[in-house]
Amino acid sequence: MPFIKKLGQYGIIIAFLAICLLLSFISPRFLTLSNWTIIITQVSINALLAFGVTFVIITGGIDLSLGSMVAVTGVVAASLAHPDTYPVVVPVMVGLLSGVLMGGLNGLIITKSKVPPFIVTLGMMTIGRGLALILSRGRPISNLSNAFNFIGGGSIFGIPLPIFILIIAFFICHILLKKTVLGRYIYAIGGNEQAAQASGIRVNKVKMAVYTICGGLAALAGILLTSRITTGQPNAGAGFELDAIAAAIIGGASTSGGTGTMTGTLIGALLIGVISNGLDLLNVTSYYQQVVMGAIIIGAVVLDSWNKNK
Amino acid sequence: MPHPPNFTLQVRHLTKSFGGVKALDDVQFDLRIGEVHALMGENGAGKSTLMKILIGMLKPDAGTITFEGSSLQNCDVNEIMQKGISMIHQEMLVIPELTVAQNIFLGRESTHWFPNWLDDEAIDKKAQLLLSQMGINIEVTTQMKYLSVAEMQMVEIAKAISNNAKVIIMDEPTSAISDKEVTTLFKIIRELKAKGVAIIYISHKMEEIYAIADTITVLRDGRYIATKPSVELDKKSLIALMVGRELSDLFPPQTATKGNVLLSVRNLSSKGKFSAINFEVKAGEVLGIAGLMGAGRTEIARAIYGLDAFDTGEIFVKGQKVVITSPQDALKNGIGYVSEDRKGLGFIPNMSVKHNISLGSLARYTKIGFVQTQKEQIIVTQTVKDLKIKTATINQKVAQLSGGNQQKVVIGKLLLSNPEIIILDEPTRGIDIGAKFEIYKLINELTAKGKAVVMISSELPEILGMSDRVLVLSKGNQTALLSKEEATQENIMRYAIH
Repeated sequence: MPFIKKLGQYGIIIAFLAICLLLSFISPRFLTLSNWTIIITQVSINALLAFGVTFVIITGGIDLSLGSMVAVTGVVAASLAHPDTYPVVVPVMVGLLSGVLMGGLNGLIITKSKVPPFIVTLGMMTIGRGLALILSRGRPISNLSNAFNFIGGGSIFGIPLPIFILIIAFFICHILLKKTVLGRYIYAIGGNEQAAQASGIRVNKVKMAVYTICGGLAALAGILLTSRITTGQPNAGAGFELDAIAAAIIGGASTSGGTGTMTGTLIGALLIGVISNGLDLLNVTSYYQQVVMGAIIIGAVVLDSWNKNK
Repeated sequence: MPHPPNFTLQVRHLTKSFGGVKALDDVQFDLRIGEVHALMGENGAGKSTLMKILIGMLKPDAGTITFEGSSLQNCDVNEIMQKGISMIHQEMLVIPELTVAQNIFLGRESTHWFPNWLDDEAIDKKAQLLLSQMGINIEVTTQMKYLSVAEMQMVEIAKAISNNAKVIIMDEPTSAISDKEVTTLFKIIRELKAKGVAIIYISHKMEEIYAIADTITVLRDGRYIATKPSVELDKKSLIALMVGRELSDLFPPQTATKGNVLLSVRNLSSKGKFSAINFEVKAGEVLGIAGLMGAGRTEIARAIYGLDAFDTGEIFVKGQKVVITSPQDALKNGIGYVSEDRKGLGFIPNMSVKHNISLGSLARYTKIGFVQTQKEQIIVTQTVKDLKIKTATINQKVAQLSGGNQQKVVIGKLLLSNPEIIILDEPTRGIDIGAKFEIYKLINELTAKGKAVVMISSELPEILGMSDRVLVLSKGNQTALLSKEEATQENIMRYAIH
């Protein structure tokens, strides 16, 4: 029993290492520093979203509005980031705030109305997309300040800034989940909401916190993306929520709640990044890449449920 | 208001309505320090409403609750728990993914270094100490999901103790644990009592009530009926108080005449579950299957019904050998099964009475894929009438019915597929005495119609009262097949622990 349990926990790491090993034999370019810098930079946005949605999924919820929140926060930040207007802190803070507000609104509606998160965030997905188009009048917002563009495009000691942001965000989320009382309550609510309530936990407060954090991380991802492509795109982020959810699920989070870790989600996001990078290196067209990715998501969950049924 | 010092909890004039229906009507309840107080009543008598109000999950419409001299009005779940009233819920409100220690201290985590920074080592130590004081050997870092129901219960009790509980409410604590575990539970209850903790004990099992309770309070239809020391209240008068009338005989007389053998099972074996099971059941006959938990009773039923495969052996229906590999095969051969897991396998709670009853026999009123709703309506209405299912309309959700009526819905569904052999697994588990009587009458009606009934039950009085013959199992082996005359409580127990 303990052995199978262990294997279940490390299965995703083993799969990840096996794929890396395979790719390093197939393509000599795979195991180079420059290639890995590219992979991690590309993964950073999906990973940030995935961290946020991991909190939500562990409580037994879901957030489908991630991609739209990326667009709204990106447009908001971009509209305040033109050169010689505000210092770079302003677009960043206002952008983050807009994400926090949208996430908080998700949480508020979910806890007050008792409408399933799937429905509420599905609505928010459409609202957000509309808001992004309204705020940008349907056009991309370009001409952003150098300071703003540095966030997603700059490097320190030759390491792209997004990698730093990713690492810091990972540690904060990991600690929040594993080492704090809030983290414990997140697991408790996903494990058995009634029991959590009966133990005196303010379930609604925790859920509010979770959706708000998720909105905040989506905003961070939105700012990063806008800065990297140096444009606020109202159509940006479409479908991002699915990649983020996929990363969390591949990493061992269960949609029925109660299980999941940030480490798992990080590896899930890296696995998706490595596979798409590997398929790029092998010159597989993006059409096939999608098929492969879908198969991997299903495969990961099937393996997981086999493990559980043993 | 001064109160007698030996009372810890006093309830007066408590009233609570749900949309015009009075769940509690002017109820009183007194709890002494260090007593085990059984709360008795049929389902719907108001026991759970009273308990939910006591732990703060519901607010009463009127009335007072005094705990250790102060009012509990305006206290929420958290405050009441801190004051010292805890409840062990029947459905085990635990978090499966968290550890034993994390569950015990859920909502009261130890922290260090920074605000809200968890200190799991501290709660591990505290939990370890607590469990060893209770004399329980459970690793505190085990995830809750790997524990047995009895162990979970112990952890829940430990949680209540760690909360300094002065009153512990136990809702059907023995519904899913073995006899040996009941002994452990009772030992812990007696230790708690000695320390001055008062226990409110809710159960339908009479033997237990008389074994553990000092005092009994009876509720009926939301009203307070009586409180008496358990030694002054015999079983018969207790039942009379609960149902409000004398049940002259709990088991209705049987009139069915026995016919030909409908089902016979020869040398049925399944490795690790049961071996060499042999019995036959005649038309009009009830065969009781008795045994302790884990004796293999349900496993045999599941094998006959095609839910699980078996290794060797043969099943004959009306003398013809049949091959059963799925419930469809069983139903085709006229064998029906009502599971002990009523909530899990019996019905779909959010579907209506009508749709639940017709679910198993939809093909009969379907034309090119469309359900003929009128025909369905007529057949279901008839079934509801025949089985005396108490429901506002047949469109009511099954989740809203009482346990006894839910069981009737499950049986009704089965009867529509016209089985001749009916296996009932714990048919009266968790349902109250009045409803039990109705189920027994129903069983007699089935046998009177020439059907064969196999009844698995953990309740010996039920086995003795209903069965024509009794098959006794012990650890997967058939230890006796007793006639009605041979089947006595002592005989069955002797073979069950064989």
